[in-house]
Amino acid sequence: MTEIMFWEAVLRAHDEELANDPMVLVMGEDVGVVGGTYKATLGLFDKYGEERVIDTPISENGFTGLGIGASFLGVRPIIEIMSVNFAWLAMDQIFNTAAKVRYMSGGQLEAPVVIRSPGGTAHQLGSQHSARMEKVFMGIAGLRVVTPSSPRQAYGLLKSAVRCNDPVFINEHELMYNMKGEVPDEEYFHPLEGSEIARPGRDVTLFGYNISVHWCLQAAELLSKHHGIEAEVIDLYALSPLDRAGIRDSVSRTHRAVIVEEAEPMVGVGAEVMAIINEECFFELDAAPVRVSALNVPIPYNHALEKAALPDANDVVEAVRTMFGV
Amino acid sequence: MKVADKKRLLREMLFARRFEERCYEAYVERNIGGFLHLYPGEEACAHGVLEAADLDKDYVITSYRDHVHAIKWGADPRKVMAELYAKETGVSKGRGGSMHIFDVKNRFMGGYALVGGPFPLAAGIAKAIQMKQGKEICICFLGDAANNQGTFHESLNMAKLWNLPVFYVCENNLYGIGTRIDRSTAVVDQYKRVSAYNIPSAQEDGQDVEKVYKAASKAIKHVRSGKGPYFLELMTYRYRGHSMSDSNAYRARAEERMWSKRDPIIMFRDRLVEDGHLTKEEYTDMDTDILDEIENEVIAFANESPEPPVSEVERYVLAENDPWVRGGVQ
Repeated sequence: MTEIMFWEAVLRAHDEELANDPMVLVMGEDVGVVGGTYKATLGLFDKYGEERVIDTPISENGFTGLGIGASFLGVRPIIEIMSVNFAWLAMDQIFNTAAKVRYMSGGQLEAPVVIRSPGGTAHQLGSQHSARMEKVFMGIAGLRVVTPSSPRQAYGLLKSAVRCNDPVFINEHELMYNMKGEVPDEEYFHPLEGSEIARPGRDVTLFGYNISVHWCLQAAELLSKHHGIEAEVIDLYALSPLDRAGIRDSVSRTHRAVIVEEAEPMVGVGAEVMAIINEECFFELDAAPVRVSALNVPIPYNHALEKAALPDANDVVEAVRTMFGV
Repeated sequence: MKVADKKRLLREMLFARRFEERCYEAYVERNIGGFLHLYPGEEACAHGVLEAADLDKDYVITSYRDHVHAIKWGADPRKVMAELYAKETGVSKGRGGSMHIFDVKNRFMGGYALVGGPFPLAAGIAKAIQMKQGKEICICFLGDAANNQGTFHESLNMAKLWNLPVFYVCENNLYGIGTRIDRSTAVVDQYKRVSAYNIPSAQEDGQDVEKVYKAASKAIKHVRSGKGPYFLELMTYRYRGHSMSDSNAYRARAEERMWSKRDPIIMFRDRLVEDGHLTKEEYTDMDTDILDEIENEVIAFANESPEPPVSEVERYVLAENDPWVRGGVQ
């Protein structure tokens, strides 16, 4: 195990997969000469050349579609969309082509593309650079959605996503690229389905994914220290398909659930996990599940307003205290 | 073109006409559902271009008006009709329908229903060919109205930037659904629009299959030589509405009559007769033979084929038993 930064983990996965298969390529805005806005492709242009580490024009729908078309012939494109906000422009190709082509061709064609993009709210980037879009992607059949919470997951999920024959959307986070964490020294492939127990506990389950796993872990420590409540934290690194069995098993142990999402609550991860709890283990519940979400507003520029719009660890603690009446 | 090839090409075009007319009937009979976009009037475009391409190597991709291109590119007409009849024996196993004809083993890479959607896909197929250092090209057929999508400009820019082996064929039938081109498009000559991307282009009579063949041969030679993309605009006309739900009330009857006098099949037939390569009787026999084939083989096959099993409705959403889903563990 070596401790490296999140961006270094993504870079290592890129490098290994480019070295492994000459049909793997990387494409996106500034991924080549510049090395990526978040350094996720740093040095790869010099190592693999401009044919395989491709600086694209600022044409998200166009270059995403180009990558999808190349994947029809066995090319394995890793497409970086610089910010998830720009992915709206590529939705036509992602949803109408990548997600549907296997089905509508009766299994003749597949689009094994990886689309990586940082989502989430950073610091005062304003409404059009603060989108959290994972819920949009996870609502579409034919697409896999994963979202790493650590350098280890970022590395292993990208490795598996490149090899997998389905289109995979990887939702990263702008605030997490400098986060440090241990990554195995040997090659490691992370499953694209399932969930992980980030912290075992007995009293309540806190469901998080990506950055909200860290809010859940902070909240769990505070709840243990100040209230004697032992929270289990489940890391939903796979958002589509969601781990129904993992959700059921944890709630069956703790009998209480809080779902923590950075996005607005409407039609989101919280709503979906709650529905799964209802369907899978309703009679295990000792309390109504609760979600901790952003407010239903475009993200403001003003720092105080921005903070007010977003959830954090304290909001998770408050939600659990209310649930327990302490 | 050899005389035998000309006669075969005429038969293929007439077969395409009769196939599409039979689709119309089958739609009225309710054997075909959903949307149905027919090709009569435009036959010289697909046939002239694809006659000039390499059937054993090249890739073809197009929009939702895709039956004829697929058949010309090697798809079994019985399986195309079975697809329209939503049968398991259809080219896309009854999951696609009229707008999504796929025949990947013949490198027919699909019909797509979003106007302009195939532009970048074609460039991507060409990128893959380039990576593999292949001599194949990708031919992308789309209508004039698709050129008002952003994907047109984004794809032409990248195709030229990286000199990709892609041949864009614009079938200019003068209408984007029901809106005439001069009411939707600032520059009506489509071949002029690509000059902004430094891509060579030409405009040709899309009703004369021999002229189309010649223009396409020149274009394909250019693309295959590694010089990058080419854009060919073919002036044509569709006899029916945009789709079956289109009453076609927006066109002047005089305009329709004018175009019917330039029917691609009749013009080609008359030339072959004038040149002494074909008699009127031979043509009539050819037509009868085609109608019999369509009824007795194509329609019969579609009618008799089974529907896809409902138990398989969730198949083909994701890859089956992909080990990487479990991190490479078998």
